[in-house]
Amino acid sequence: MKSLEELKKLREELQKEMLARNSKGKTKIVIGMGTCGIAAGAREVLQAVLQEIEKRKLDVVVSQTGCIGMCEKEPLLDVQLPGKDRITYGNVTKEDVQRIIVEHVINGNIVEDLVVARLEEGGE
Amino acid sequence: MEATIYRSHVLICTGTGCVSSGSGKIKERMVAELEERGLQKEVKIVDTGCHGFCEKGPIVIVYPEGVFYCQVDVEDVSEIVEEHLLKGRIVERLLYKEPLTEESIPSYNEIDFYKKQMRIALANCGRINPESIHEYIAVGGYEALGKALTEMTPEEVIEEVKKSGLRGRGGAGFPTGLKWELTRREKSDKKYLVCNADEGDPGAFMDRSLLEGDPHRIIEGMAIAAYAIGADEGYIYVRAEYPLAIHRLEVALEQAAELGLLGENILGSGFNFNLHIKKGAGAFVCGEETALMASIEGRRGMPRPKPPFPSVSGLWGKPTNINNVETFANVPYIINNGAEVYSAIGTEKSKGTKVFALTGKINNTGLVEVPMGITLREIIYDIGGGIRDGKELKAVQTGGPSGGCIPADLLDLPIDYESLTEVGAMMGSGGMVVMDESTCMVDVARFFLSFTQSESCGKCTPCREGTKRMLEILDRICAGEGREGDLELLEELGNHIKETSLCQLGGSAPNPVLSTLKYFRAEYEAHIKEKRCPANVCEGMKSAYVIDESVCIGCTACTRVCPVDAISGERKKPHYIDPDVCIACGACAAKCPVSAIAQG
Amino acid sequence: MSKITLTIDGQTVQVEAGTTVLEAARELGIKIPTLCYHPELSLHGSCRICVVENLDNGRLLASCVAPVADGMNISTRSPRVRKARKMNLELLLANHPDDCLGCDRSGNCELQTLTYEMGISRNDVERFAGEKRDLPIDDVGPSLKREPNKCILCGRCVRVCAEVQGLNALEFTGRGFNSVVSTAFDLPQNEINCSNCGQCVVVCPVGALTEVSEIERVWEALADPEKYVVVQTAPAIQVSIGEEFGLEPGSVVTGKLVAALRRLGFDRVFSTEFSADLTILEEGNEFIGRIKGNKNLPHITSCCPGWIKYAEHNYPDLLNHLSTAKSPQQMFSAITKTYYAEKIGVDPANIFTVSVMPCTAKKFEKVREEHRDSGFQDTDAVLTTRELARMIKEVGIDFLNLPDEEYDEIMGDVTGAATIFGTTGGVTEAALRTVKEVLTGEPLERLELGFMGIKETEVEIAGRTYNIAVVSGLNNAAKLLDEVRAGTSKYDWIEVMACPHGCIGGGGQPIPMTEETKIKRTQGLASIDKSNTIRKSHENPDIIRLYKEFLGEPLSGKAHDLLHTSYQARSKN
Repeated sequence: MKSLEELKKLREELQKEMLARNSKGKTKIVIGMGTCGIAAGAREVLQAVLQEIEKRKLDVVVSQTGCIGMCEKEPLLDVQLPGKDRITYGNVTKEDVQRIIVEHVINGNIVEDLVVARLEEGGE
Repeated sequence: MEATIYRSHVLICTGTGCVSSGSGKIKERMVAELEERGLQKEVKIVDTGCHGFCEKGPIVIVYPEGVFYCQVDVEDVSEIVEEHLLKGRIVERLLYKEPLTEESIPSYNEIDFYKKQMRIALANCGRINPESIHEYIAVGGYEALGKALTEMTPEEVIEEVKKSGLRGRGGAGFPTGLKWELTRREKSDKKYLVCNADEGDPGAFMDRSLLEGDPHRIIEGMAIAAYAIGADEGYIYVRAEYPLAIHRLEVALEQAAELGLLGENILGSGFNFNLHIKKGAGAFVCGEETALMASIEGRRGMPRPKPPFPSVSGLWGKPTNINNVETFANVPYIINNGAEVYSAIGTEKSKGTKVFALTGKINNTGLVEVPMGITLREIIYDIGGGIRDGKELKAVQTGGPSGGCIPADLLDLPIDYESLTEVGAMMGSGGMVVMDESTCMVDVARFFLSFTQSESCGKCTPCREGTKRMLEILDRICAGEGREGDLELLEELGNHIKETSLCQLGGSAPNPVLSTLKYFRAEYEAHIKEKRCPANVCEGMKSAYVIDESVCIGCTACTRVCPVDAISGERKKPHYIDPDVCIACGACAAKCPVSAIAQG
Repeated sequence: MSKITLTIDGQTVQVEAGTTVLEAARELGIKIPTLCYHPELSLHGSCRICVVENLDNGRLLASCVAPVADGMNISTRSPRVRKARKMNLELLLANHPDDCLGCDRSGNCELQTLTYEMGISRNDVERFAGEKRDLPIDDVGPSLKREPNKCILCGRCVRVCAEVQGLNALEFTGRGFNSVVSTAFDLPQNEINCSNCGQCVVVCPVGALTEVSEIERVWEALADPEKYVVVQTAPAIQVSIGEEFGLEPGSVVTGKLVAALRRLGFDRVFSTEFSADLTILEEGNEFIGRIKGNKNLPHITSCCPGWIKYAEHNYPDLLNHLSTAKSPQQMFSAITKTYYAEKIGVDPANIFTVSVMPCTAKKFEKVREEHRDSGFQDTDAVLTTRELARMIKEVGIDFLNLPDEEYDEIMGDVTGAATIFGTTGGVTEAALRTVKEVLTGEPLERLELGFMGIKETEVEIAGRTYNIAVVSGLNNAAKLLDEVRAGTSKYDWIEVMACPHGCIGGGGQPIPMTEETKIKRTQGLASIDKSNTIRKSHENPDIIRLYKEFLGEPLSGKAHDLLHTSYQARSKN
């Protein structure tokens, strides 16, 4: 490295790797990974989410959660933009993932037809 | 560079504490379990440095949730993977439980032990992989160095550090900026910068943790200091007993040199800085800067009189600036955030934070970083979780073996350099030993003095001979052979040693004795006048055990464990302990099935 | 340098910046007691006896290491100062054997003197009674004795050995109360890289370092009717032994010395100066030979046994540069047990040769296996100046009122050239006086080589310029030897004396010894040289007779057998 600018550039690249350890102010995607979720295909959904994020170099934290009691709607996927309501999508398929990411995560528009629940901000 | 995004990071502590409680095996198992479930591309395992909570180790933290698992066993790994990493369910039974409320706390930041802390020096410890310069850079590492080199003159760096109010964290509390300025002012073809990592206080391990957990931070702090004083060469003097710290430093030095952050023309600024590691043999006195320099030069670690100060004549006679590890750790923060942000923390004369090694009869032991001015009460009760087994606090010993003992009634003392000195203790490198009612203060003073006596370099008369005589007096007091006038003699000698010793080892060695004499004089007097150790600690003065004949069933369990054959009696008949033979070890009482034995 | 003004005990004094408080006080005539301080060694600041009070802030300072500051107000005698000094002395005494009666330094001990001056009583010390250091005495000899229990850890010996002699034969080891001055691996003194120079003995304030005494052996020989006891005295003794009897250093007492030795019962009394002349002839001619053959140059002198042992340990590769000529002591004894025995008709087996030397290394030299060329151990006993004075005192000889007497016949003539062997540069000057005359027939002007460190000069003899170096103190010698080893030395002749100032500053000389003492002793020797009618060795009539009747000529076969020796490489540890 020959300058401070180079150092800063390197940092920006490297920061993404560290995202998982700093979720404050970041968009979160939470996938239901209870037995019910996994049985309904949550793992495939999770893989698809990770692929999309990597492809688009998104600044997003992916997390998983257990069964929340809506087993018949699994796989469940929550998206929470910073300061916005937490939206839960149900019966998500691999194919839905791209839509949710592009429309909701990137453009901020909720994919209304897949929504099964909505939690107000801070309700977490 | 191809950045791989993992959805989850599992941080496994590989500090010395956790390694010795088995974190290596945990990592092995974790790798295997992740592979078995095909999770290796989703979950990243990160080795980290110490979290300071070694007592609860091995520690595993799972992000993004930041769940803090403690005392993890190899057998627990598959459950963490299956439940948490796969199914997102927190493994409740491995969570930290607050000692007072028994409440399980999942998150790092919610645990009382961490909640009241303010981690600046330790900010990255336990959060990044110390063997990855990339992780350090990702959290903003080396930007302070870049800022100093490209946007500030050396004088401006010194001015910033002066304004921040940072003082030496090795114990003496000399203003860091001023020290740098004194070395900067000297004209010389060569100057040196030295990092004092000769951590010698028993129980203190903040320097080790910093070097193990965030070595690049120290390197960055040193490079900034070298730029400020005009040095192009530096040494890290670290004790050879810290193999992991040395290893991590070696890795870090190599990585920094590879990226051009050490060596020639750093970041295109024209500034050169080369850094070496010097392993010390672990003599306590080598923490004294002139002894440390003698040791680096290959001579016997013995202090020499000052002046001349190292800033004028240090390593090989050249101007040399020496700071402690923790001092350097604060420097990048100050340069990045500005002096005002730093000086907003703390008290009037003591700014910023201080790391303490909390040990003794306290629920949460470990490394804690707190703002200056915090009270002892907050440290002991809010962070430390109070005294073990519900006992009463008796005293707190601060400042390592030559610190002083602060009695429980000074619990609301705000911690800073001046207030500690005022009560006869000192900041030292940040050792903090909590003692409860079962501690004998005479015995404590004797313990610390025996350490400083055997670690005295032997050069000057008062320290070499005087501490020996003090120790002999304490030995006899603890053996029940104290004499009239012993306390006065201890005080006379103690003050004399403080006043006439060559270096600060002798200058502070009597502190534990003098401070306990000041606050616990009655306890000393009981030893001498009544031949009684009120805490029932001192061998030879413990009262003998007695068997309650009305309770004794004559089972002979006690006779069989007594190491000195003090107990006699026929089977099925009450037994008797000969008080002249009994050494009050308590083995009989522990064995008695009917609790018939107690101290008389 | 800027001037600093300060007040000490109410008196104002102006001194150079960088002066210590101790030195400033001495300028005012105020003597501050010291133990670890030594004016010719680095500052140590360890004994804490020299504390003074800074009245401005109430702090106690070790005055030997405290630099003066402008406006300082110092007390050297406040109650706090007196109490602190006493307590440090008491602490030293509490770990010191209660053995003044049996100590070689009793009456000449700095610790004892301070104890008296500070009025310390037995009770003052007994309140600190406890463990005392209990270590074995190292007296296997043959030169030096260490009694670690008497050591007060002032470090003067450690410093003189490191800083002046560059040997580091002694060092602090252990920690805390177990600290001790010891040798590498705690080996006995005769097994280490030590030159036996005895400078450690000279600077020791107490009796922890002394010579291995040979007084009793000499008394036994004197009392033995079978023994014919011959004594030689080194040139440096006559200007120093007077100090033991209250005279000024440098007082010339040659005649009284001879008289005292006769009264002690020595059968014959000679001066080593006789054989110093012999050394000059042998070594001078050896040098001429080396010059002619351009071999083994620079030529390095060999009369100092401290230097020889140092070279054997540390420069074994340069031993071929050393003159093979024996030291005057060993030449004298070899001649005594051959030529002289024959002359007086005494069986050499019954001759007991004693030499009185300013030197502790001579005690080792005499037992070297190379020095048995007479068929016996050539030199039987070596006494230091101090030991001889003690013998004279024991039998109550009134030294100061003795008449002046002459050395005995046949080996009694001495020259001024030999006399100045006793000081650095003397050997060189004496040798060159002879070399020049041998080669050119012209006398040599006086060389002004001075006293200390490394001195160099050029001398022109018969159209060739000789580069001459004279060095004393082994640390200084090492600088020249490193050049020789590197092949960059420009010198033809190097004289090395282990002790600073040469033999007059030797390890066997009266204590105390300061720079001033040594200068005065040198002046004493120079005055003898000047007043001597014969100032060149080759003109000594007794020497001329010795060659004529016994040896033949310098470097003859017989001279080689009796007067030359060889050296052995020794390990560096």
